[in-house]
Amino acid sequence: MARNKETLLLLLDVGPSMHCVLPQVENVCSLLVEKKLIYSKYDEVGVILFGTEDTKNELTEEVGGYQHVVVLRNTKVVDGDLVEALQQLPRGTCDGDFLDAIIVGMDILIKKFGETDKKKKRICLITNALCPIKDSFEGTKEDQVITIAEQMAKHGMRMESIVVRGKLAGDANKRIMEENDVLLNIFSQKTCAKLVYVESPTSLFGALRTRNISPVTIFRGDLELSSKMKIKVWVYKKTSEEKFPTLKKYSDKAPPTDKFATHEVKVDYEYRSVEDTSKVVPPEGRIKGYRYGPQVVPIAPSEWDAVKFKPEKSVKLLGFTDAKNILRHYYMKDVNVFIADPGNTRAILAVSALARAMKEKNKVAIVRCVWRNGQGSVVVGVLTPSVSDKDNTPDSFFFNVLPFAEDVREFQFPSFNNFPVSWQPNEQQQEAADNLVKMLDLAPSGKEEALQPNFTPNPVLERFYRYLELKSKHPDAAVPPLDETLKKMTEPDPEVLSQNKSVIDAFRRNFELKENPKLKKSTRRFLQEKPSGLKGGEGCGDIAAQSVDSIKDTSVVKVENIGNLAPVQDFENMMSRRDGPEWIGKAIKDMKKRIFDLVEDSFEGDNYPKALECLVALRKGCILEQEPKHFNDFLHHLCKFCQKNNLNCFCEFLASKELTLISKTEAIDSEVTDDEARSFLVKSEPKTK
Amino acid sequence: MDVDPDDVFRDDEDDADNEFYREKESTKELLVYLVDASPKMFSTSCPSGDQKDETHFQIAVSCISQSLKTQIINRSYDEVAICFFNTREKKNLQELNGVFIFNVAEREYLDRPTARLIKEFDCIEERFMKEIGSQNGIISGTRENSLYNALWVAQALLRKGSAKTADKRILLFTNEDDPFGNIKGATKIDMTRTTLQRAKDAQDLGISIELLPLSQPDEEFNVSLFFADLIGLEGDDLAQFLPSVGEKLEDMKDQLRKRMFTKRIVRKIAFSIANGLSIELNTYALIRPTIPGAITWLDSVSNCPLKAERSFICSDTGALVQEPLKRYQPYKNENIKISVEELSEIKRISTGHLRLLGFKPLSCLKDYHNLRPSTFIFPSDEEVFGSTCIFIALHRSMLRLERFAVAFYGSSSHPQLVALIAQKEIISHGGQVEPPGMHMIYLPYSEDIRHVEELYSNSNGAAPKATDDQIEKATALMKRIDLKDFSVCQFSNPALQRHYAVLQALALEEPDIPETIDETLPDEEGMAKPGVVSAVEEFKLSVYGDNYDEEKELVGNGKASETSKKRKAIADNAVKESANYDWDDLADNGKLKDLTVVELKYYLTAHSLPVTGKKEALISRILTHMGK
Repeated sequence: MARNKETLLLLLDVGPSMHCVLPQVENVCSLLVEKKLIYSKYDEVGVILFGTEDTKNELTEEVGGYQHVVVLRNTKVVDGDLVEALQQLPRGTCDGDFLDAIIVGMDILIKKFGETDKKKKRICLITNALCPIKDSFEGTKEDQVITIAEQMAKHGMRMESIVVRGKLAGDANKRIMEENDVLLNIFSQKTCAKLVYVESPTSLFGALRTRNISPVTIFRGDLELSSKMKIKVWVYKKTSEEKFPTLKKYSDKAPPTDKFATHEVKVDYEYRSVEDTSKVVPPEGRIKGYRYGPQVVPIAPSEWDAVKFKPEKSVKLLGFTDAKNILRHYYMKDVNVFIADPGNTRAILAVSALARAMKEKNKVAIVRCVWRNGQGSVVVGVLTPSVSDKDNTPDSFFFNVLPFAEDVREFQFPSFNNFPVSWQPNEQQQEAADNLVKMLDLAPSGKEEALQPNFTPNPVLERFYRYLELKSKHPDAAVPPLDETLKKMTEPDPEVLSQNKSVIDAFRRNFELKENPKLKKSTRRFLQEKPSGLKGGEGCGDIAAQSVDSIKDTSVVKVENIGNLAPVQDFENMMSRRDGPEWIGKAIKDMKKRIFDLVEDSFEGDNYPKALECLVALRKGCILEQEPKHFNDFLHHLCKFCQKNNLNCFCEFLASKELTLISKTEAIDSEVTDDEARSFLVKSEPKTK
Repeated sequence: MDVDPDDVFRDDEDDADNEFYREKESTKELLVYLVDASPKMFSTSCPSGDQKDETHFQIAVSCISQSLKTQIINRSYDEVAICFFNTREKKNLQELNGVFIFNVAEREYLDRPTARLIKEFDCIEERFMKEIGSQNGIISGTRENSLYNALWVAQALLRKGSAKTADKRILLFTNEDDPFGNIKGATKIDMTRTTLQRAKDAQDLGISIELLPLSQPDEEFNVSLFFADLIGLEGDDLAQFLPSVGEKLEDMKDQLRKRMFTKRIVRKIAFSIANGLSIELNTYALIRPTIPGAITWLDSVSNCPLKAERSFICSDTGALVQEPLKRYQPYKNENIKISVEELSEIKRISTGHLRLLGFKPLSCLKDYHNLRPSTFIFPSDEEVFGSTCIFIALHRSMLRLERFAVAFYGSSSHPQLVALIAQKEIISHGGQVEPPGMHMIYLPYSEDIRHVEELYSNSNGAAPKATDDQIEKATALMKRIDLKDFSVCQFSNPALQRHYAVLQALALEEPDIPETIDETLPDEEGMAKPGVVSAVEEFKLSVYGDNYDEEKELVGNGKASETSKKRKAIADNAVKESANYDWDDLADNGKLKDLTVVELKYYLTAHSLPVTGKKEALISRILTHMGK
């Protein structure tokens, strides 16, 4: 662990022009430290602010200058205080000079490590680079930057610059901006520096790598074009999902006085014979059985080894083919990248020549890979060229796994042209759709592409680490809502929507949606019948495929489901059907769903009165049929649902209309007293605030 | 647990989301193959190019045999029965004439497929005439009705299991579009009526009857003569039901095979487009890795299955505990407790719908924007009328404007950004190659993307880039090794094929394990063609120059591989040290155990053997290597 220890310096611009994005900077930097606290807790982090009112750094004491640069924290092993400090960055008052900050940062690192120490050193600069840097005493600014960059390369420091621009930059001086861009670009050319521009708070959040994973090759060896020609390549993962952490199980059995309790839970597996369950079979008494249909075939490992498929480690070219033969949706897994052996100039040339030829002719290569010896399977995949647009980055290939014949299910679907005319869009509708596709644009020219995977962080992970930090201070804290900035990924951007209001309205006008009135069982959407179930979302979403088989021929005279138009009447009709006992249960169930739909689909509360009507009808029905539990449970569930989904206003609405639970006096089966019934909604209110 | 002890097919098995890969097993399928065995099925053959012609009967049988093999691998819980009608012999519980149920030992008529069933069905043709025989069952003058009997038998077989939990189907293979054609008058009307009634009764019981018509180029199968009524096709459906007019044998088989699958909907989801306008979609898993089934532990003496029991033990007190509902994460020298509810609350960041966020040009979707197999989506008007119309309109616009949609898919276990790519229908030889619809591609987050290329950016200047001449040579090479008709899934998985070949052989207690072919190996013959060889040579010369020595290249570049240098030094040292011992003597006298692990490793390293494991393991490895 210590081997990969990293020292990171955060250089944060807190000048006045940065104030609007500082909340995001605080969030992303504290997230970075929170992750380090778990995954690399021996890493050291220092924080330097610039654009501050004050000045506090060693260089100013030693040689003077370097105004408005504050070393907020010298490099130190990460801890909880650092998270807190980063969560409340001071707002600066002066224009910051990023070059000063870089020099102060380098000074700290050089003093700490000297020239020889090969430890990982990283500098991360977040600024909008809108303020001019000071003129240097000798030579041009460019010369000065080049000198600094050379020093940086010599000491093996990496730099990452995140420059906040676009809308977030406001009105800035074009000339200064361009000059700064040129200067920053020198760093990325002269050193191992990365320079990214971000234009939205969401992408600022995603631009900083919050967790460092040292890359490991999955293959080093020959890419065999034929038996005569081989290219030395290294293969790495290009994408790999950062998983939600697996938490350990907690045992509360240890007495509270035991300070050294680990609270761990061990999971133990015992194998017992099915016939005689008292007999535990030890590991040596077991043998693996492989399923083949209903049969289970026992095979000893040695036997299996003798007969199983044993390909040799190799990466072989099968041939080239037109890129259009490989449709995008056939990519099976996370992606690898093939890089020519970095020490081998000719291999780099060979990869570069192939990649460029493939790109030019729109071809891809099909390869067969066995990454390591002893691997029991082969993968067939496609190499696509990745021609580098940066001078100092070599060309490479992306590798995607393709499916085997066994992996593909060839279902047939009706051709759209065979659908009835009523399902075909007419000219007007098609035009409305064209406009929507054109105008609801996430990659407008001249602006940053929104929601680029490279700059879009995982909102669930962000929420988890933030909650963890919160819980470390307040153990009883509730799960915080999703960060506002990250909400932009889960919902359409209101700004884009309002800009294209006319297009969207036209689209809505042109198409009509109607619910199927004949449908027997309304299984709409992800309604959670189980009260706020843990697995609710998962289980209920899966509706078996065969819900509609032969309903067509049953006559539809009686009310069979509750429609959208007159739910209350439908409900009453259905409750009064006497041709089968199942109707009451169904009516109650459908009504619940209808109410859910109304609440959920409500836009600024426009459905609330209707939902209330339905609730009142449901309540009446449940009292008549002496089914109070149905209604009471439902109301509980509904309120919980509303609280979770920011629909508190509906609960307040219900409270204001004095809707209550069904009490014992109304229905004898109820377990709710009059007082409880009345106070239910009132009580739930303060909790939600 | 050791699902895959060899780690061979490891594919995120420990993933919390592995429900994604697992197909829903909640409904199982009960399937009866009804195969017409009338003389006409044997006399009509289908022309094929180079191979010999196959009769319709052979085609039907080979399709069934293929699908059984797929099924035993993928969905072995489904149950099947194979039933011939228009046969000479009879074998069925109802003792009806002209219907013969094919079966093997240790198996009910309608049961899960076994290795033996597959094996014996493979050679059914040889035995068919002798043991079962073909005979027209519907002859004028008698009231015999073999089609009626067949439907009756099939329906009786499918009485098993409830319609709620099982999907019941009858697949009918025939090439006779007018089964009562040679019967006249009232008898014909009567027989037609009773047969249709029988089919309707079956359908009322929740059994679907599907027709797989076999036809010839010159004689089209006319569905409307009789079978449209039998399977209940009307108006528009009839137009959609295209009998496979196979021009080529392979195409026809292909089509039949595709029709034999039921489309399984993975999920029904709502796709919200704008301001509450949301349409209904079904999702399908068209592409998922097939992996060998989980292993079962058996008692090595009795071969009886063992039951695994899991128990939770508190480490502090040693007490048995219930599965605890609290989890913890060490953080800042503390254990932070989080309940299971809170965890699922954290993951719930959206309502589970698919929500449209906007559109981007296709060029924005990079090749590395991928994490998992894609999911296919197709519209449905089942609950919300108008869904399909909106979907088609968007689909056309996206195709025409070459754009894809970005949406957020808020599933509770794995909320993710997705790209929706419109796929137009591709038809070749009358069969559908790519269905029309959209593919949902799961996009990585910034945390999931690694920037490895940048690691090797050259800080002192430009990285080498190929010259025009080198690119030209590469282009020439590419032209030589061109796979013209490459199709994505043309290879079968050699590991899987081997796995099941071994199991089948062992299950049937066969002495030999059949060889399996690895189709994924390069075409050595093609590569050895003079044209290819010279193109390779030219490219090699162009990028590598005359005297290219890989080892030297490495050393020459110095810094590149300190580790490999180190490794080499260790190996050299080991060879030297190893020479100091008389290994044979040590081994013979059992003195290896007196050596230290370091000394043992000299031998292993010198012979490039693995050096992992305990001392005993090292010794046994040395002995094995020496052949002792």
